[in-house]
Amino acid sequence: MVRRPNRVITGAHYGLRDWLAQRVTAVLMALYTVFVVLFIILHDPVGYDDMRLLFNNQWMQIVSSLFFAALCWHAWVGVRNVLMDYVHPMAVRLTIQIMAIAALLFYFVWFMHILWS
Amino acid sequence: METHFPKKRGPKYLDLLRIKQPLPAIISILHRISGVLLFFPGIPLMLYALQTALHSPESFAHLQSSLSHPLARLLLLLIIWFYLHHLCAGIRHLALDLHLGLQLQQARFSSKVVLFSGVILTALTGAWLW
Repeated sequence: MVRRPNRVITGAHYGLRDWLAQRVTAVLMALYTVFVVLFIILHDPVGYDDMRLLFNNQWMQIVSSLFFAALCWHAWVGVRNVLMDYVHPMAVRLTIQIMAIAALLFYFVWFMHILWS
Repeated sequence: METHFPKKRGPKYLDLLRIKQPLPAIISILHRISGVLLFFPGIPLMLYALQTALHSPESFAHLQSSLSHPLARLLLLLIIWFYLHHLCAGIRHLALDLHLGLQLQQARFSSKVVLFSGVILTALTGAWLW
């Protein structure tokens, strides 16, 4: 007996990948959060010079880029899950998904601009 | 082409306003709502704040004075609460994925812990900020 594939273009990516990615990116972001909170507590009260010291550090720039990439990936999986639950017409769902991707790309470029300039 | 769902599934016409949701369900929907609101407008607001904080000493001071406005503080605290709630509920989710706390009693207890940790950590952050 042959099973008909019941797959739609706006569906999940049918596998462990997104599920796992959401969790791995979550752990990365949690670790980054702990690090930043520790920095803030150790430099309390944080002024402009502390902020510059933190974000001019090349390691911090690299780690922050990774954090933000993880954030975008995580947000994409989450937003897609929410859309799959509540928005059923495929055209509408696809449109919102494209808007979400555009927004995430915009956020990413914006963050890179803040970080490296 | 529409998305297809199996027919004859579960009770369909539930009145959401009359159902009393158990705490784990409330934690779960808050996890979802906080996630969506962090996506928008949370991320762009935080990016704007970060940009202002890093631009120049003057803009940093300007951001600080803007954040002394009660409404700005409320907004910031809300974003912080969403973030912390999402984080705590996410840790609970990871534990459940590892088959920790699957019993009903434990699940109810851990959802209380999540709700309270989110609120208390937010309150502590607020107290520390101001």
